[in-house]
Amino acid sequence: MYNGSKVLVGLGLFFLIVTVPFWLGFGTEELAPELDLDTPAIAQLADKKCIEPTGVMREEHMQLLEQWRDQAVRMGNRYYEASDGTVYQASLQNTCLDCHSNKSDFCDRCHDYGKVSPDCWTCHLDPEGMEL
Amino acid sequence: MAILISLLVTLVLVAVPILGVAAGAEYVLGVVLPYLAFLVFVVGFILRVVRWASSPVPFHITLTGGQQRSLSWIKGSKLDNPSTTLGVVGRMALEVLCFRSLFRNVKTELHPEGKLSYRWEKWLWLFGLALHWSLLIILIRHLRFFTEPVPFLVGWLESLDGLFRFGYQAFYITDLLIVLALTFLFLRRVVVARLKYISLSADYFPLFLLGGIATTGILMKYVSKVDIASIKELALGFATFRPVVPEGIGTIFYIHLFLVCVLMAYFPFSKLMHMGGIFLSPTRNLANNSRAVRHVNPWNYPVDVHTYEEYEDEFREKMVAAGIPVEKG
Ligand code: HEC
Ligand code: HEC
Ligand code: HEC
Repeated sequence: MYNGSKVLVGLGLFFLIVTVPFWLGFGTEELAPELDLDTPAIAQLADKKCIEPTGVMREEHMQLLEQWRDQAVRMGNRYYEASDGTVYQASLQNTCLDCHSNKSDFCDRCHDYGKVSPDCWTCHLDPEGMEL
Repeated sequence: MAILISLLVTLVLVAVPILGVAAGAEYVLGVVLPYLAFLVFVVGFILRVVRWASSPVPFHITLTGGQQRSLSWIKGSKLDNPSTTLGVVGRMALEVLCFRSLFRNVKTELHPEGKLSYRWEKWLWLFGLALHWSLLIILIRHLRFFTEPVPFLVGWLESLDGLFRFGYQAFYITDLLIVLALTFLFLRRVVVARLKYISLSADYFPLFLLGGIATTGILMKYVSKVDIASIKELALGFATFRPVVPEGIGTIFYIHLFLVCVLMAYFPFSKLMHMGGIFLSPTRNLANNSRAVRHVNPWNYPVDVHTYEEYEDEFREKMVAAGIPVEKG
């Protein structure tokens, strides 16, 4: 190999950079966030399920909220019929956060994990914050 | 024809994970293939570079633009034709970060009346730059899936890229740029007859592959949502060597991941190696100090020299006899 030392330094850098995820992975203990479903409202539920099936909620809750916002604010329709026929009030604070009143141990924990920061709470009230 | 072949290959590659998920091979698609592809990428890349570095550079290539450093009263061009290592680093950095030599691109045309014209042509530079920077930013953004907690810089870059909104979500500028750039780079090869003539499957295929990866990614982000939290679990498992395959991840994610695996495994064998190759280009990495430092061609085989002194020693008597003047009596 010609200019061996320079090439090796370059290749070493290449190796360090492409393996960055592995270096940063050292010390990571939990692979998944711990979601807390233990709230008074959920404890009272006979059938412990969300508005839509859990898988759908995990994938599409942001789209559902957007649909709710649109139908409530723009069409004036404040009710949402879920796929199992139950009718819910289409409201972020009064519905989602009624059951999931532990926002910081539920919504926030998962959002920190996925590095998303919805800015809803600059306007909407967080039930935990209201107790202050 | 080349387009058709690469398109077909890409479609087959999209079909593989669909069939794989249907057959229940999530573990292979989500764990085995990513590790294998990553290994092929890293080892293949290194071997390729070592092989390149093992071939000699016979000449000092001075054919770069700009005046070579010369007499003190002639202005040398320090970046285009550097004579020092620092200058070479500067030229390389400009090339890698700004595609400086592409910026010089001009369109040459011979007009019917026999006039030759050079036109300013910056589109290739612009879209090339957009593509590569988007790729880099998208790659860094993806670190949010592989790290917990996510490094500050990754989150910062993401919020910058996601300045605009698509509904409640961030709309990434790089998503738009990469699609525009890939479309341009593809159309360029199809529309310009000269380029079409020299384009091979190996030119179209990487474009289709990147296009497929970008399309599935964009679909997952804005249209057919996937369970990001479970996907992060899979990615974190990959990065910490504790592989898991959570339930309920959509097929579209496996298509995305499979195409990325193909890209990684294909990389060392393709023209995409220009990523490493640029650093080994003699016109970019050799300082032009050929008047100051002798460049020895490593090819030179040892030449047996027979000096005049030896010659005279050998033939002195015959030379003297023939009346030819000699140096030593
Ligand atoms: C009637 C009470 C109730 C309401 C209202 C409700 N949820 Fe839920 N939610 C639940 C329960 C119970 C679960 C756990 C389901 C399970 O474990 O299968 C859950 C699960 C979830 C999950 C999946 C968490 C996981 O374990 O993976 C998400 C995401 C979620 N809810 C978001 C929302 C959002 C957003 C809203 C408002 C649009 C909402 N929920 C409204 C009760 C509710
Ligand atoms: C299982 C994990 C999880 C839980 C629990 C969860 N979210 Fe999310 N949420 C996400 C992910 C992941 C995204 C981002 C999706 C993306 O990047 O495309 C998101 C996005 C959102 C968005 C859109 C904003 C954006 O920047 O994309 C809103 C609004 C939102 N979540 C509200 C809620 C609320 C309210 C709750 C609690 C009732 C909740 N979420 C619980 C995972 C979760
Ligand atoms: C700029 C302030 C503001 C922000 C930020 C904001 N909202 Fe709203 N939102 C409102 C207002 C005002 C209404 C109308 C309230 C009403 O008519 O009851 C509303 C209504 C809604 C509604 C329907 C009515 C209800 O009671 O909930 C939903 C759902 C909703 N917003 C979801 C969201 C989500 C999710 C986010 C975060 C991604 C968000 N909003 C961010 C101001 C805001």
